This record gives sequence, structure tokens and C-alpha cells, in this order.
Amino acid sequence: MIRLALKMLFGDNAKYLMLVAGLFFATFLIVQQASVFCGLMRWTTSTLKNVAAPIYVVEERVEQVNETNPMRDTDVARVRSVAAVRWAMPLFSGLQRVRLADGSFKTIQLLGIDSASLAGAPGRMIEGNLEDLRLPNTVVIDELATTRLSSDPSDPSKKVKIGDQFEINDVEARVVGICEALRSFTGGPYIWTTYERALLYTPGARKMLTAVIAAPVEGMTANQAADEIEKATGLRAFVNEGFGSNPRDRMTAKGEHYGDFNTSTIWWYVKNTGIPISFGTTVVIGFIVGVAISCQTFYAFVLDNLKHLGALKAMGMSNFRLSIMLVFQAFTVGLIGFGLGLLATSGFALGAINNGQPPFYMQWQIPIGAFVAIQVICMLAALMGIIRLSLYEPAMVFRA
Amino acid sequence: MPDPDPSSRIVVDVRALEKSFGEGPNRIHVLKQVSLQANTGEIMMLVGPSGCGKTTLLSAIAGTLKVESGTIHVFGSPLEKMSNSALTDFRAKNIGFIFQQFNLIPTLSVAENVGVPLLIQGYSNRVAIKRAREILEKVGLGDRWKERPNKLSGGQQQRVAIARALVHEPPLVICDEPTAALDARNGEIVLDLFREVARSANRAVIIVTHDNRILSYADRIARMDDGEIVEVIEQNDQRTQHFIHEHAH
Repeated sequence: MIRLALKMLFGDNAKYLMLVAGLFFATFLIVQQASVFCGLMRWTTSTLKNVAAPIYVVEERVEQVNETNPMRDTDVARVRSVAAVRWAMPLFSGLQRVRLADGSFKTIQLLGIDSASLAGAPGRMIEGNLEDLRLPNTVVIDELATTRLSSDPSDPSKKVKIGDQFEINDVEARVVGICEALRSFTGGPYIWTTYERALLYTPGARKMLTAVIAAPVEGMTANQAADEIEKATGLRAFVNEGFGSNPRDRMTAKGEHYGDFNTSTIWWYVKNTGIPISFGTTVVIGFIVGVAISCQTFYAFVLDNLKHLGALKAMGMSNFRLSIMLVFQAFTVGLIGFGLGLLATSGFALGAINNGQPPFYMQWQIPIGAFVAIQVICMLAALMGIIRLSLYEPAMVFRA
Repeated sequence: MPDPDPSSRIVVDVRALEKSFGEGPNRIHVLKQVSLQANTGEIMMLVGPSGCGKTTLLSAIAGTLKVESGTIHVFGSPLEKMSNSALTDFRAKNIGFIFQQFNLIPTLSVAENVGVPLLIQGYSNRVAIKRAREILEKVGLGDRWKERPNKLSGGQQQRVAIARALVHEPPLVICDEPTAALDARNGEIVLDLFREVARSANRAVIIVTHDNRILSYADRIARMDDGEIVEVIEQNDQRTQHFIHEHAH
């Protein structure tokens, strides 16, 4: 029966291709848009990935890493004084403009880390020596900065290299290292320097400290230490473990209180920007396009084959077996359309990864969710066909 | 469901059948107290003007249409008492169908089309194709088994449909206007095949037809008019010869 179902399906080339095309586009729209959305949300937490400290202590009203309230430098000492804290270091994070040799400006994400411990330094250096950051007027830049801050980004020979100089807020900055880093939410490169020098690069203000990064003492989890810090200092302490549920998540009068800074940051963007609506709309459109094209085409396919299916019914094929045939046909086109859509999305992903943008992050839940969505579309289409077929009297086959 | 009784000569026994379509003032009484028997080894033809109820009666005998009252026994099994699933099963095992428009599936090969009734009964594709090729040899299409039906002439397609109706060796073969789409020569070839089928053991053929050219092949002719069986005449009856002569001209 399965063979019969497939032969009937593949024999009608036009409708088969139309069905596959509809499901292909639906898959591509759903997976690609959902992955770009996840990539963009991941970019919002780039600072947390690039400065991978276990605990971030921020001002008590802060909800996301890209919009912090400045704290006093003395807050570092207050955090250090908590018994649950193994170490605590200052962190500066802010947008700055780099003045290039040709007089043009580029926006960068400036990070200032403790010069003694270099806590918060990039995870992997590609070139140069991290310790050179202790030398006067020095910075470590990420790979993106080598082209973004170049006088001619299209010419690889003009990439920024170790020893090159530029100005940040009229203060000289000399490159002593190149590192790997995740791109910032604004699309600009990350530049590391020492905390003190970051304050020099930044226009002065009464309070400049962005966050205190910390680690728990041995035998204590980051969550336990964060609880202790909050109790002792009144500051807000987030853990930095990644998006997801956290034991410290709780509901307050002001809304959800998240224990993880990644989760809190991403939910802030979801709740306070139009980004999810925009991407969500496209995903929904993808689903609707899939439903519209597939259901209509599959129904037309069933109608075209109704007299043959009716003949099978008259010859003694049960409604159940005919329904199984339709379900299998719908499942097959769903599988092929989904496969092709996923292949096209992979091609897009390859381009995005090579190019560095647009943001693209396909978590395993996305293709699985898309597969379920596509199969829901197909089963809806099959259901329409099954209903039509079940209403078809086998005696109708005798009417010419 | 009782199995067909091989000792009985009566294949189909229809009594006082009533069937209407529509509701209220639009209700049409299609079958009125119709009674009819068909026996093994014979070709019975149902004739009559369009709309007289021939196809409705054929559908009822085939178990594809529920009737309002009366009884239909096919090989002793009361169809009117069977559930839908039992009827479906009964049709699969006992009835071979030949439709006016052949209803061959265009995306399947000739042999795959012929093998469909065997697939319905749960045989493997390999067995179905093997048996289909055997029966295609018998209808003279053994060398065309791989082709698609649309590559064949109307007569050849009808022979494929006949092969499909016979491949699972059903005791009853039901044909609806089998020669409507055929020229005289192909019509004769097909009718010769029907005669051969009907003469084989414990088998009967019931044909609905408008085609007067084929009446001479009938063992019995049931003439219908306005939902009733007006007369049933035997081939060796003088009336039959007169009937055939009258209608053929």
C-alpha cells in the first residue's frame, strides 16, 4: 500500500513539486528566521560570553548587560568582603568611538578589566601576548576589529595588526594582541584594555564602574554565592551560566526576577523591543504559507485522484487504509520539503558564518520544532483529504 | 460474515429492494420492489433507459450502496445486514469490478494496476505483480505489463481492467457499461473474455449496458424501467431473440 501511495504521489509531478516547494519555503522561513532571531538574541549577551566570569554584580535595578547603571569603585571592595566570594574584580563596559588614521570614526565595545589579575580577559588569543596589556596605552582587539578598524576593509593587506595605533577619545591606543570574540549586539568589535585605561578613554563621570565580576569560593555554587552577595551588599548579583531556567528565578511584584544574566538580558529584549514580533511574524507567515499552499495543493491532489481512490474503496480498500495512504503521502512530502528547506537553511548558515553576519544560531530545538510544524501542516492537509474521501460513497465510482 | 456457499447455484438473490434519493418533494424513488436472481456460470445483463435504476441496482448488489428495504444475498451473505467494514472486506474477497471509465491509476504500470486487488487483500507487491503478469498473459497483454495505461488503446485498457477484476479470482464480476468506450471489434474481444469468465467454475458476471450490440452474449437479460424489473428473459427464450433483434436494429 505504501508503494502504491508513493507511486500515486510521485506520478503527479506538478502537484508533487508544488507541495514540496510550499513546504520547502515554509521550512526555510521558519528555521532561518528562528535561527537569526536566536543569533540576534545571542549577540545581546556577547559581553557575558566574552567576559566569562561566573558572577556579575551590578546595580540593583539593572536587568540586562547592555544597559547598566554605573556603580562606585568601592563596590568592588564591598563584594570582595562577602565570605562566599573567592575573587571580585572591576569591569568597565561601554560603547566608544575609535578615530582611524583617515579621520573617520568607528563604534567599538570597550571592555576595561583588572590590570593585575586580567580577570575578564579574552578566552583565546590569536596573536600577541595578553600580559602586554599592562604596557602603557595598549589594547587587545578582536578579529572583527582587524578589518572594521582598517583603512580599507576590502583589502586584506591593510588589516589592523599588532603594533598599529588608533585613537579612542583622543587618547592613543596601540594594538598588542588579537583575540577571538563573539560580535557585539551593535555589530561592532570588542576592544580590551585595563580598567584604569578604559576610564581614561571614556569621558569622565562621577561613577564609572559597570559591574563587578566575581567567582564563588570552593565548595559553593555561583548561585549560592550570588545569593550571599545580594544579601550582604544590596547589589544585584547574576550568575553567568547561559540562557535557561535558574533556581534563583522568581516572581516579584515588579515581574519576573531572573537569576542568570543571559536569561534576564534576553527576556529584556523580548519584552522591550519589537524584535520577537518582527521575527515571530515571519515565522507565522511561513507557517501560514505552508498551510495555504500545502493544504490547497494536497486537497487538489486528492480531488484529482478521487475517482481512483473511490475505485480502490469500491474494490474493498477500507477507509482506514486509504487514510493511512494519504497520511503517508503527506508525511513523505513533508519530509522531503523539510529536508530541502533545512538544506537551504544550512547553505544560508554557511554564508552567515563565513561572513560574520547576519547573526545565526540554530539550536537543536529549532529544526525539531520546524519539523513538527511542517508535519502539522501536512497532517492538516491529509485530514482535509481524508474527510473528503470518507464522504465519497464507493457507489459514486459507477457514475461516469 | 458467512463464506460463500459453493453448493448453491444462486449467486445473487435480491428481493423487494427499495432505494430513494433526495428528501421531501425532491425525493426520487429509484428502485421499487426490485427482485432478481443471478446464477453461477451465466452472464446477466441489466438493460433499460437512462435513469431507470440499473446502476443503482448494480451498486446495491456490489455492496457499495445501502438500501432502505429489501434483502440482498450474495453467495448467501446478507449484504444489508453487514457493517461497513464487513462489506468492505466482502467486496475485496468476492467481487471483481469493471468500471465504465476503466479507472486505471495512470501513475502505476499495467501490472501494478492489475495487482491492486491482491495488495488490498494483503499480498506482497512481488506476489501481486507475478499473478498480475500471469493474468495479463491470458488477456493478451503479457508483453505490455510494464507500460503505463495511457500508452494502451481503449480496448487494451478495458482488458487491463478485466484482468484487474479477475486477478484475485472473485466469484462475482460486476461490470458497468464495459463496452461504452470501445469500438465494435474491441467490444467483441472483451465480451468473449466475459463469456470465458462466466463459464469458469462458480462464477457469475453481471453487466449493466446500453450497448445493444452485446446483448447476444447474455445468458439472461433483465430489462428495467422506472425503477422496476419489467421482465427477465433467457437466451434460449424466443423473446430474447426478438428482444435482441429489435434492439440491435
